Amino acid sequence: MDFAFTDEQELLRSQARSFLAERRSLEAVAEREGSFEPGSWQELAELGWTGVSVSEEEGGAGLGFLEEAVIFEELGRVLYPGPYFSTIALALPALAGHAALLQRVAAGELTATLAHAEAAGPRRLADTGGLATEARQDGAAWTLAGEKVLVPDLGSAGTVVVTARSGGGVGLWSVEGGAREPVETMDSTRPYGVLRLDGAPASLLVEPGSGEEALAQIRTRALAALALEAVGVGEAANALAIEHASSREQFGRAIGVYQAVSHSVVDGYVGVELARSLAYWAAWCVAEGDEQAAVAAAAAKAHAAEAAVAACERSIQVHGGIGFTWEHVLHRLYKRAQWIQAFEGFAPVLRREVASALLDVSEEESTELVQQETPVQQEVA
Amino acid sequence: MNLRDTPDEAAFRGELRAWLQDNLPEELRAHRGGAGRFEELGRAWSRKLYDAGYVGLTWPREYGGAGAPYSHQAIFLEELARSEAPQHIGVIGLGMAGPTIIAHGTDEQKSAHLQRILSAEEIWCQGFSEPEAGSDLASLKTRAELDGDAFVVNGQKVWSSFAHIADFCLLLTRTDADPAKHRGLTYLLVDMRSAGVEVRPLRQITGEGEFNEIFFTDVRVPRANVLGEVGSGWGVAMTTLLHERGTLGFALTAALEVAVRKLIALAKERRVDEGLRERVAREWIELQALRYTNYRALTKLMQTGVPGPEGSIAKLHWSESNQRLTKLALEILDTEAQLLDGGGHGEGYWQFQQLRSRGNTIEAGTSEILRNIVAERVLGLPRSR
Ligand SMILES: Cc1cc2nc3c(=O)[nH]c(=O)nc-3n(C[C@H](O)[C@H](O)[C@H](O)COP(=O)(O)OP(=O)(O)OC[C@H]3O[C@@H](n4cnc5c(N)ncnc54)[C@H](O)[C@@H]3O)c2cc1C
Repeated sequence: MDFAFTDEQELLRSQARSFLAERRSLEAVAEREGSFEPGSWQELAELGWTGVSVSEEEGGAGLGFLEEAVIFEELGRVLYPGPYFSTIALALPALAGHAALLQRVAAGELTATLAHAEAAGPRRLADTGGLATEARQDGAAWTLAGEKVLVPDLGSAGTVVVTARSGGGVGLWSVEGGAREPVETMDSTRPYGVLRLDGAPASLLVEPGSGEEALAQIRTRALAALALEAVGVGEAANALAIEHASSREQFGRAIGVYQAVSHSVVDGYVGVELARSLAYWAAWCVAEGDEQAAVAAAAAKAHAAEAAVAACERSIQVHGGIGFTWEHVLHRLYKRAQWIQAFEGFAPVLRREVASALLDVSEEESTELVQQETPVQQEVA
Repeated sequence: MNLRDTPDEAAFRGELRAWLQDNLPEELRAHRGGAGRFEELGRAWSRKLYDAGYVGLTWPREYGGAGAPYSHQAIFLEELARSEAPQHIGVIGLGMAGPTIIAHGTDEQKSAHLQRILSAEEIWCQGFSEPEAGSDLASLKTRAELDGDAFVVNGQKVWSSFAHIADFCLLLTRTDADPAKHRGLTYLLVDMRSAGVEVRPLRQITGEGEFNEIFFTDVRVPRANVLGEVGSGWGVAMTTLLHERGTLGFALTAALEVAVRKLIALAKERRVDEGLRERVAREWIELQALRYTNYRALTKLMQTGVPGPEGSIAKLHWSESNQRLTKLALEILDTEAQLLDGGGHGEGYWQFQQLRSRGNTIEAGTSEILRNIVAERVLGLPRSR
């Protein structure tokens, strides 16, 4: 049992933290009103962050989700407004086996996102019922027709991974064309868009019939990634609260001496630390392909999103009037926390899913989940 | 990062499981302690654990321990709870007296007590709290005055768990009326059979007795029983409390795990509605948050030898989770929640657990005091006092 990042992973974290503090700080993001600066993507690529889990042959670092986990958390702390989550968590898994696309992602030449939700169809990755976007084959060529909503970072995505239905079932295609319409979101660092496809040329990524399985994997990674981001967001909000409670004076003393203030800050901190434990557990499960990955990711995202939102709310309260202003960065953290909360379902929705994994199964299966039965670690030869 | 057992850990777990299967007496399974023949049974059970080498796993070998890594202790507590075996009866001796004596004791004190703590020949209690000194422990008044080669102790302690069965007491006394209250405290190891010691059991809100008042009237404690230096009792007491909260995490996770498993069984049996199902899932998530926070703490402890701030977090989180969980169980029992036979649910198990849980946010430092500690020592917020 060893629940710590390796020295190399910790090094990656400290490099990421100092790079971001210098080049992409929270304050700098706020100055640009949370808008994406396309040049920043190349900087991330040069650091190797866009190819962390891409194999070395395909121009990546050949590492795994635990290294990506470090980046997700650190980018969350500074609210990086680029399409890292969309490209790496949502789209990248669908590109597996497509070397040319992977190479371009790793090199920082291609950003991507995933378009699944439909206005009158499915809203969550967990659901494909009523999926109406159609894929048509003409010889070797595919075209897609339909309308996708709630597409994260659509405006900046180079390519869009689209779910659609063909005779063979649900599959995934990539599309570069189509009409894109931006949609304003509360969190301006991660806008949504609407994608209209009217016979747009498409390349097949995941065979019709295998789409649900691919979506399930993407979903687990995405939930874990969001849990990690939420930990970063929550920690940033807590740090601001601690600082303010230590420096702001009222009635002749730092407000942090008043327990109504300090205990609230402690509760924010405790919530995020517990969320951190769950998020790292989920990250490990994803990295290992553990059979509990899906439920761990759902649990972690449910808990971490709530913890981040609560930390932001406590921090706003501790700041008083200044915390309620547009100038202060807190509202941006708060809005990202709420973006995370809404994606793929608020905590109660995810907890109902967890309930089903616990209650609609045999006693042995639920006991395994409760006790976190740990199969023996294989000796490395 | 690797959350699985290492081959060595798995082997230890496997042996322990088999041992428990063969050796746990049926009458002790799911025994909740307290009343009746428990002391006799508990001492015998503890002795059995000791003879099998499962007590003092992390203690150094020279003091009768196994010198094993902390992960073995974590596995031991997990498996013990899973088989619903009672803990070693000397929880205070093992968790507090032993580590404090190892840290501050003389050679004589070590050889007099350590082995006997492990074997349950000596049961210990903790005499810290007083009627007028609880959270503000340093304001305690129990006096110890030097008279020849002994300290003469007069005063009263309260809420002392296991004092009614204890052989020895970790007693924090005042030897100097120094106005700076943290100074002038002296830590004594007191034989509970000394003349002038009187224990009066107190009944708790569960109806059972677990803690006691202890009255000291002219009790003579040999000078050789001072732990640490005269006047340095506060520092020694801090060692005790560090261990109380530090090693607690695993026992807490193990206990909560059992409660969550039973909660799930109850929810399945009662076919609860969607709202209650979601709340059951929440308790499972909170359990895993506690478990993995402990694992993070354990890893840090094994790497650095110093416990991190996770100990206080674990205690805070566990106590509040346990309170919420046990209330949820009663809500699932619905209109039968008052029935002490549990409406067929094991002799008032949930009623007992729910009432007992109210003590969780008071014992071993109240939640308010723990929040003060986290605020000041972990977050560096300005001191409130
Ligand atoms: C089941 C159980 C077992 C116990 N076993 C033992 C034992 O074996 N040995 C032993 O010595 N003691 C034991 N205790 C005692 C326990 O440590 C004390 O009850 C605890 O420290 C609180 O002290 P008190 O009861 O005097 O309450 P008080 O200190 O009077 O506290 C009353 C209330 O005021 C709050 N409060 C006090 N000071 C502050 C502050 N500065 N800021 C904010 N809030 C504050 C507290 O949080 C609490 O809510 C046990 C208690 C219980 C419930």
